[in-house]
Amino acid sequence: MSTAVQALTDGWVVAQRNLIKIKRVPEVLVFVLISPIMFVLLFAFVFGGAIDPPGSVNYKEWLIAGIFAQTVVFGATFTGAGLAEDMQKGIIDRFRSLPMSGSAVLVGRTTSDVVYNILSLIIMALTGLLVGWRIREGIVDAILGFALLLLFAYAVSWVMAFVGMLVPSVEVINNASFIVIMPLTFVSNAFVPTESFDGVLRTIVEWNPVSTLTQSSRELFGNTGGFSPTDAWSMQNPVLYTLIWVAIILVVFAPLAVRQYRLTTSK
Amino acid sequence: MIRASGLTKSYKAVQALAGLDLAVPEGKVLALLGPNGAGKTTAVRCLTTLLKPDSGSATVAGIDVLADPAGARAKIGLSGQYAAVDEHLTGYENLVMVGRLYHLGKARAQARARELLERFDLTEAGDRPSKTYSGGMRRRLDLAGALVAEPPVLILDEPTTGLDVRSRQQMWDVIRELVASGATLLLTTQYLEEADRLADDIVVIDHGRAIAHGTADELKATTGGERIEVVLADVEDREAAVRTLAEVAVGDVRVSDNGRELSAAVSGRGAGHLLHVLQGFERDSVTVLDVGLRRPTLDDVFLSITGHAAEEAATTTGTDAPADTQEVAR
Ligand SMILES: Nc1ncnc2c1ncn2[C@@H]1O[C@H](COP(=O)(O)OP(=O)(O)OP(=O)(O)O)[C@@H](O)[C@H]1O
Ligand SMILES: [Mg+2]
Repeated sequence: MSTAVQALTDGWVVAQRNLIKIKRVPEVLVFVLISPIMFVLLFAFVFGGAIDPPGSVNYKEWLIAGIFAQTVVFGATFTGAGLAEDMQKGIIDRFRSLPMSGSAVLVGRTTSDVVYNILSLIIMALTGLLVGWRIREGIVDAILGFALLLLFAYAVSWVMAFVGMLVPSVEVINNASFIVIMPLTFVSNAFVPTESFDGVLRTIVEWNPVSTLTQSSRELFGNTGGFSPTDAWSMQNPVLYTLIWVAIILVVFAPLAVRQYRLTTSK
Repeated sequence: MIRASGLTKSYKAVQALAGLDLAVPEGKVLALLGPNGAGKTTAVRCLTTLLKPDSGSATVAGIDVLADPAGARAKIGLSGQYAAVDEHLTGYENLVMVGRLYHLGKARAQARARELLERFDLTEAGDRPSKTYSGGMRRRLDLAGALVAEPPVLILDEPTTGLDVRSRQQMWDVIRELVASGATLLLTTQYLEEADRLADDIVVIDHGRAIAHGTADELKATTGGERIEVVLADVEDREAAVRTLAEVAVGDVRVSDNGRELSAAVSGRGAGHLLHVLQGFERDSVTVLDVGLRRPTLDDVFLSITGHAAEEAATTTGTDAPADTQEVAR
């Protein structure tokens, strides 16, 4: 078996193990699913009237894509925390004593976290529909929109996998990811239109992949209200630009995480 | 089948392994015997590719564990000091997962899991999350995990520590069966008795190196083997008692300062000698408060090899040079 194929098949076995845990400890799932609902409702009703998005779109509808983006990116915290927890458990020794792929534990965790993200996207979409969000482009575009969100989230979960290997402590991971992801999602167009930022901050917003991810989703769901994005290349080609980021993150962080896993476990 | 030479491993302040050599021929059982902190777990982790030694080399089933860790893992079944099972998974799910990670294929992994649950008396508990298992059950599940792929080499780190008498007995039975079926086994333990029952060969380790090597009998011989110990009710009986003990004793009969506690080393079948002594006491009307046969413990072996007790040895790291390996009665 080639190493890549083995990493995937072994990773899938580990992913199934992680998914069984969802079944056994459903409480975890409740938290995973309640926070997106809360986000949608909070933003829709608290900020709903306060901010005026560009064009003719209403803010609630415009906002949903931003909440989708923020939530799936935050979801990566689970990857880091889950792995950090794994590293402290005896089962890691069993995994390490098996002739299995050295990256299977990481592949398994990042894969099973896609399931979390799918569930939370479904819940958010339903909540969104209830508060007035609508998909205004074709269904194919909408599916592409969700796929892009999942893909980007998958890439970010490799970053957190790396962090999880670096500091194997659940508390540290939670705080670390807050410190990194919070600014990343707030200095973006997820909740506030790009136009309302000035100078350097605006440039950062325009080139922040969370902005382009949000912009892509808005375009694919048809929630832009017909308003064109700013002139930056990234905002003009948000899907392509986001995909480039996905590729870069995966190429850099997947090998880093795997290397760190080996280092951490052979101490 | 298992061979290690010159393994060393240091953590910041401690040298956990200081040039350990050992060899286990095919189909044999070697016990690595040592007190807390002797380096047993470190040795096991080096042999099972979980830890890279600072220097030295090791082969398992002819495979160099440093050069080809994946190849070596395929030959080794490991049951570590702390049970490596997933607590949220059932016993069955744990074993199926291990089987699939050994690439047995799903159907084969499932069949094998049922087989092993049956064999380790876990069928009933097999569909419960392993979180609900007792320590003994978890230990058995962990050992079952080590056996999934029927590896030719088994390495067990303190397989019975923390188990009650019955579970320990069960574990011993399982281990004997494994050996009977041809497995090569390395186990670590803190109990001479356990090493005695299970192993063909014993390596005593302390401060990360072998300080003695031999069969259980050979090691016990260095301590004078079993001892008969007597506490007299009346000091007046001392002479008669010593005379009887001398008939079976190897060497001198020891008498305590107060003259009431006697002890004598015996060789061979201790129970037979004890019976002889009791009959002598009966004949001479010697009354005793206590009489018994005491097997040498790890402490006794330690005492006789190093000249100091195990605990003491563990706390004086670095202050006294470890004794050289001693081939006992070869
Ligand atoms: N990860 C580590 N970091 C620092 N020191 C360690 C580490 N692992 C082991 N040691 C030290 O190495 C020495 C040997 O430890 P080891 O676990 O091999 O002993 P052991 O014989 O298995 O003991 P026990 O019977 O308690 O399990 C001890 O002094 C221990 O403190
Ligand atoms: Mg140990």
